[in-house]
Amino acid sequence: MDPNTAGWALVVALFLPLVGAGALAMMPASMDRQIRRAAVVITGVAFALVVAITAFFDFGRSGELQFTTDVPWITAIGARFELGMDGISLPLFFLTYLLTFLCAIYTTKHLPAPGKPKAFLSLMLMLQTGMAGTFVAFDLVLFFIFWELVLVPMFFMIGMWGGARRDYASVKFFLYTLFGSIFMLVAFLAIYFQAGAETWSIQALSEMAPFGSATFQTWAFFGIFLGFAIKVPMWPFHTWLPDAHTEAPTVGSVLLAGVLLKMGTYGFIRIALPILPEGSVRFAPLIGVLAVIGIIYGSLCCLAQTDVKRLIAFSSVGHMGFVMLGVAAMNEAGIQAALFGNIAHGIITGMLFFLAGSLHERYHTREIAVIGGGMLKKIPRYGVVLTFVAVASLGLPGLAGFWGEFTAMWAAISPGLGIGDTYSGLYLGLVVFAAIGTVLTAGYFLWLLQRVNLGEPSERWAAEPLDDVMRIEWVSWTPLLVLILALGIFPVLIFGVQDAAVTNLMGYLGG
Amino acid sequence: MLIDWLAIAPEIALTVTALVVLLADLNLRGTAKQLIAPLAGIGTVVAIVFTAVLWGDERTNFGGTFVINDFAVVFKLLFLGALLAILGISWRYFAESRYFQGEYYFLLLTSFVGMIIMPSARDLILLFIALETVSVPAFVMAGMRKRSLYSSEAALKFFLIGVLSVALMLFGMSMIYGFTGSTYLPDIAAGIEAIGTTEPLLLGAVMLVIVGFGFKISAVPFHFWAPDTYAGSPMPVAAMLAVASKAAGFAGLLAITFIAFEPLAEVWAPVLGVLAILTMTLGNLVALQQRDLIRLLAYSSVAQAGYMLIPFGLARSGPDAVVVNDAAVQAVMFYLVAYAVMNIGAFGVAIAVNRRTAIRSIADYAGLSARSPLLALGMTVFLLSLGGAPPTVGLWAKLEIVRAAMTDATPFGVVLMVFLVINSVIAFFYYLRVIKTMWMDEAREGLPELQPGFNLSAVVVVLMVGTVVLFVLPGLISGATSLTGLVAAG
Repeated sequence: MDPNTAGWALVVALFLPLVGAGALAMMPASMDRQIRRAAVVITGVAFALVVAITAFFDFGRSGELQFTTDVPWITAIGARFELGMDGISLPLFFLTYLLTFLCAIYTTKHLPAPGKPKAFLSLMLMLQTGMAGTFVAFDLVLFFIFWELVLVPMFFMIGMWGGARRDYASVKFFLYTLFGSIFMLVAFLAIYFQAGAETWSIQALSEMAPFGSATFQTWAFFGIFLGFAIKVPMWPFHTWLPDAHTEAPTVGSVLLAGVLLKMGTYGFIRIALPILPEGSVRFAPLIGVLAVIGIIYGSLCCLAQTDVKRLIAFSSVGHMGFVMLGVAAMNEAGIQAALFGNIAHGIITGMLFFLAGSLHERYHTREIAVIGGGMLKKIPRYGVVLTFVAVASLGLPGLAGFWGEFTAMWAAISPGLGIGDTYSGLYLGLVVFAAIGTVLTAGYFLWLLQRVNLGEPSERWAAEPLDDVMRIEWVSWTPLLVLILALGIFPVLIFGVQDAAVTNLMGYLGG
Repeated sequence: MLIDWLAIAPEIALTVTALVVLLADLNLRGTAKQLIAPLAGIGTVVAIVFTAVLWGDERTNFGGTFVINDFAVVFKLLFLGALLAILGISWRYFAESRYFQGEYYFLLLTSFVGMIIMPSARDLILLFIALETVSVPAFVMAGMRKRSLYSSEAALKFFLIGVLSVALMLFGMSMIYGFTGSTYLPDIAAGIEAIGTTEPLLLGAVMLVIVGFGFKISAVPFHFWAPDTYAGSPMPVAAMLAVASKAAGFAGLLAITFIAFEPLAEVWAPVLGVLAILTMTLGNLVALQQRDLIRLLAYSSVAQAGYMLIPFGLARSGPDAVVVNDAAVQAVMFYLVAYAVMNIGAFGVAIAVNRRTAIRSIADYAGLSARSPLLALGMTVFLLSLGGAPPTVGLWAKLEIVRAAMTDATPFGVVLMVFLVINSVIAFFYYLRVIKTMWMDEAREGLPELQPGFNLSAVVVVLMVGTVVLFVLPGLISGATSLTGLVAAG
C-alpha cells in the first residue's frame, strides 16, 4: 500500500461500514447472535484496514495529504469527491474505528431494551461512515454531507434505545445540531462565491485565504462558528449535550463523547481557522472566554449532579472547554493541545461512559446516593478501573488527560497571531480561571470516587450478588485503558504525528 | 400557419388517451373497469416517449406562443412521471371503492394535459387556457367522494377560490394587454420596459396576476383552501393537487415573472420574498399543531411552497441579473423535481396505511415499523427528504436555494436564509414526530393488516430509491436543470 496511490484503501475503509449496515439489514431478525457477531466482524475488518493504513502512512510527510482520492462528483456545482488524510486526520480517524469496533464487541453482551440488534447495529455502522467521513473529507460539500449523515442514526439510537426522557433528548439533539449546521452551510456557500474560484476544496481555499472584506470574514466565521460551537459544544450552546448523553444507550454515549464532539473542534481547526484567518483572529478572544466559562460552568454543574452519567456528561463540557482554549490560543502549541485533548477526551470519556453503562447494568440505577459507596469492596476490579479512568480524566500527569489541559493553558499564556499584543491581560486571566477549573475538576471526580468507591457497601447491596468486570468488558475496555496510559507516558505518539500538519496549518494562518 | 406536430405530440398522445379512457369506461362493465388504469398508464408512457424525443430540441409552434426547450421538457417529464406515480397509487384506492373509475382517470388525464402545456406556453391566453384545463377537472375530482360532506366541502371551497383567483388573474391580464398591446410574453416585457415602473395601475395589474398564481401554489395568505381541500378529497387527488397542480402553478409563475415581468423584478421580487417568508413560517407553525397526517402534509406542502418562493425573492432585472436569475430558476426547478418525488411518496404511504380506515390521525402510525417495515422506511425517507436531511435528495434541494441566495448575496437574501434556517428546524420537529411515532411507539391492538398491493408498493419503492439515488447523484437533476436561457429562449 503506497500512501501516494492507495486512495482506494481509504474509500474502502470509509464505506465498508455502510455496506455492512446494508448487509446486516438483509439478515433475518431472528438470527440475533449471528447479527451481533457479523457486526463485530465488519467493524473488526474495517479497523484492521485502518491499522494497515496507519502502518503504511508516511509519518515523515504527515503534513501532506496521503491516500487521496479526487474525482468529479456533482459537476453542476463543482463539488468533488475529495478524500485524504494528514497528521491531523489520522488520530481521529483511527479513534473512530477503534471505538466503533469496541462498541460492537460490547454490544454482543449488552443491549438495552427493546433489543433489536439488527436495527441498532445497522445504525451504528451508518454512524461510523458519517463520523469517519468527516475527518477525511477535503471538499466542503462532501464534509457537510458526512457531517449531516451522523444526525439521523444518532437520533434513532437515542430515540429508540434511550432512557426515560429519550423522546425529548433525541429531538433536542437533532434540532439543535441541525440549526447550527444550516448556518454553517450558508457560510460555506458564501465562502465559495466570495473566493470566486469555483472550488470547494478545503486545501485550495486555505491556500487562497485570506479573501473577502473584514465584514465578510466576520459573518462567514460567525455562521461556521454556530455550526461547530453547537457540536463541540461550547457554553452557552451546550444544553443539548447533558440530555443526549444521559438518555443515550451506552454505545451511543460512547460514540457521542468519543467521536461526535470531536467533529466540532476538528471543523474549527480544519476549516474555520485556515480559510477564514482574519475572522478567526477576531473571534479568538470570544472563543477563549466562552471556553473558560464552559470549564468553570461544567465543573460547577458536575459538583451538583446526583446521576453518575449526567456528571460525566457535564464533565465533557468542561473538558471541551480546555480544547477550545487551545484553539483560542491561535498558536502551534495551542492547536496541538486542542487536537491532543480531543483524542484524550475521546478515549477517557468514552471509557467513562462504558463504565457508567456497566454500572447501570449492575445496580439498575445511576444515582450516587442509591449506590452509596463500597464498590472497591463489592466489585473491586470495577472500582479500580473507575478510579484509574476518573483520575486520568481529572488530568493527573502521566495519564492521557494531562497533556491536553496542561499544554492548552501553557499555550494560552502567549497567544499567537498578534492577539497577545492586545489581549495579553485577558488571556492571562483566562489561564488563571482555567487553572481553577482543573482544581474543581479534581474536586468533583475525587468526591465521586469517595462517594461510590470508598466506604462499606450499603445494606441494600451488601447481600446482592453483583458481577465484577466481565470478560466481554475486559476485551472492550483493555485497549482504551492501555491507550490512556500509553498516551500519558508517550504523548509524542500524537504530538509527533500531528506536528508537520499543524505547522502547515499555521502557515495558512500566517503565524 | 404550419403546425409542428412533433412539438405537440405529448399533448396529443395524452388527449387521445383521455378520450380512449372515456370510451372504454362507457363500454366496460363491472370489474372490467379496472382495465382503465393500465390503459391510462400505457398512454402516459407513450406521451413520455414523445417528450423524451424532444430533449435537446428547440422548437416553436403557433407563432411562437408554444415553445419546446429543455426547460419545458424537464417540466413535462416531471409532470408525466408524477402522473405515472399517481396512477400507481390510485389503482387500488378507486378499484376498491368502485366509484367513478372511468371519470376519475379521464379527468386526471385531462388535468395533466393542461399541466404539460403550461411550461411551453409563452402567451397569456395560452397560459390561461392551460391553467383552466388543470383546474376545472380538479374541481370535480376533489368532490368525487360525493357521499362525504367533507369531500363536497373540499370541492366547493376549491371551486370558489379557484374561480376567484382566475377572475383576479384575468383582470390583471386584461390590463396588461391594455398597457402593452400584446399577450406574447417577450413583447410584454418590451412593452413594460418602455413604460417603466412609474405607472401604478400597471404595477397593480402585475400584482393581480401574481396573486392569481399565489392561489394556485397556495402561498400565504391565499392558502386557506389547501388543507381543507386536501383533507376532503380522495387521497390520490390530494397527492395530485399537492404536487402536480402546484408544480404547474410554479411553471406558469416562472414563465410569467422571469420573462414577461422581468423589467419589474425590483417591484415583485421583494413582494414574493415576503410572501415566501410568510408562507413557510405560517405553514410550518400550523403544521406543528396537526394531528391528522393529511392535514400535516397539507400544511407542510404550504411551507414547501414557501421555500420554493425564496428564489423568486432573489430575482433582479437588467442585463447584469442573468446569473442570479438563472440560479433562481434552476433552484426552483430542482426543488420541484425533488418535491414531486418525496411528496408523492409520502402521500403514497399515507394511502397505503389509511385506505381502509377513515381516521388518519398520526397516532394510527404508531408501530408502523412493526406492521410494515417497508412503508415505515419509505415514509421515514420521504419525511427526512422533505425536511432536507441526508441521505435524501431534499438536502440538495435546500442547498440549491441557498446557493441561489449566495450567488450574489444581498441583505434581503441573507434575511431569507435566516428564515429558511429557522423554518427548516421547525419543520423537522413535526417530521421527526411522525418518524418517532412510526418507529418508537407501540401499535394499537386490532388494526387491520396492511395490504398496499403491488402497484402502490412498487411506486413507494421506486420513489424511495429515487430519493436516495438522487442524493448520491444529484447531477441527474441538476444536469438537466442547469439551463441558461429560460429568458433567452422565450
